[in-house]
Amino acid sequence: MHELAITVIGPDRTGIVADVAEALAEVGANLTDSTMTRLRGHFAMTLICTGAGVEAASLALEPLDGVTTTVREVSQADAATNGEPWVVSVHGADRLGIVAAVARVVAAEGGNITDLSTRLTGTLYVLIAEIDLPAGASEELAERLAVAGAELGVEVTLRPAESELL
Amino acid sequence: MTEGRVRPVVTAPAAVLSTVGAEVDPTSPEVVQLAADLVATMRVSPGCVGLAAPQVGVGVQVFAVDVTGHPKAVTTHGAFVLCNAKIVEASRWKAGREGCMSVPDLTGDVKRAGRVMVEAVAPGTGEPVTLSTDAFEARALQHEIDHCAGKLFLDRVAGAHAIYQRRVYL
Ligand SMILES: [Zn+2]
Repeated sequence: MHELAITVIGPDRTGIVADVAEALAEVGANLTDSTMTRLRGHFAMTLICTGAGVEAASLALEPLDGVTTTVREVSQADAATNGEPWVVSVHGADRLGIVAAVARVVAAEGGNITDLSTRLTGTLYVLIAEIDLPAGASEELAERLAVAGAELGVEVTLRPAESELL
Repeated sequence: MTEGRVRPVVTAPAAVLSTVGAEVDPTSPEVVQLAADLVATMRVSPGCVGLAAPQVGVGVQVFAVDVTGHPKAVTTHGAFVLCNAKIVEASRWKAGREGCMSVPDLTGDVKRAGRVMVEAVAPGTGEPVTLSTDAFEARALQHEIDHCAGKLFLDRVAGAHAIYQRRVYL
C-alpha cells in the first residue's frame, strides 16, 4: 500500500492542527505517524497518511490559510532499525556548521540520526540527537565527537539511551 | 559567621561551566567566603534551590543547596554548603524535569537517583560530612555535583524531545 508524506508549515495559530486533521479526514486520509512542533513560533507538522491519493489530499489542504503544504506519495519504508540507541548532546556558543559537523561525524561512524532537536537561546546553541549506532562503534564515535567538539568550541557528550520497559 | 555577598551568575555558554572543578581546601578563607557568597546568591535568586561555584565563575568543587519547603522534597537538610562532594551510593533512578540558573531558557528531563549518599567536607571546619537523602534533595545534590564536574543537565537529557523552552510568565 502507498502512503503519503505531507508537510505543513506556517505561522502558528490556534486550531491549525484541527484544521489540518479535519481536512485530511474529509478525504479519507488516515494519519498514521505524525509529529508537530513549534519552531520559533512557526507551526511545523510532518505526517504520513494512508487511504487518500496525492490529488485529494493536496486539494483538501489547499484552502488552509497562510500555510505551505507539500504532499507526495512514498512507498512504505522499513521502520526496523538495527543498532544500539545512543544520545548525543552538544552545547556551546552558536556558530555556523555545528549540526553539519556533528551529523557528518555520526554518519562517518555508521550512526543513523533517528531524532534531532536544536535550540538557540541567546548565544547558547543546544543540539540533542538520538542515534542508532552499530554495535561496538561508540568508543570511536566518542573520540571523533570530542575532536569535532574541540574544533567547534562546543561541549559534546555521547551516552547510551535509556530504554527500560516498565 | 562570614557575611555572604551576592555574586553575578554566569550562563552557558561559559567555559567555566564546562570545566572540571578543582578540589578545595575547605578551611581556606577564600572557600569560606565563597560558601557564604553561594548561599547569599542562592537566597536572592527566586526559585533557586542550589548553586555551585562554577555558576558564579569559580571552577571549584563547592556548592550550596536548600530545598526547604519544595513540594517535591521529602527528606531535607535545610541550607548547607559542601566541598569536594562525591556520590558514593545511588539508587532508585527516576526521570524528572529540571532547570538551571545557568541555562535560564531551557528545562530538560533528566534521570537521577531518587536516593543518594554523598561524602564531602564542610567549609570552615573541614570536617567530613556524610549525607543520605532522597527525592528532590537528592536530585539537587546530583545537579550541583555535576556542575562541580563541569557537567550541565544538557549533558544528561533523556532524548531529542526531552528539552523544553521555559515558559516565561510576566
Ligand atoms: Zn544548575
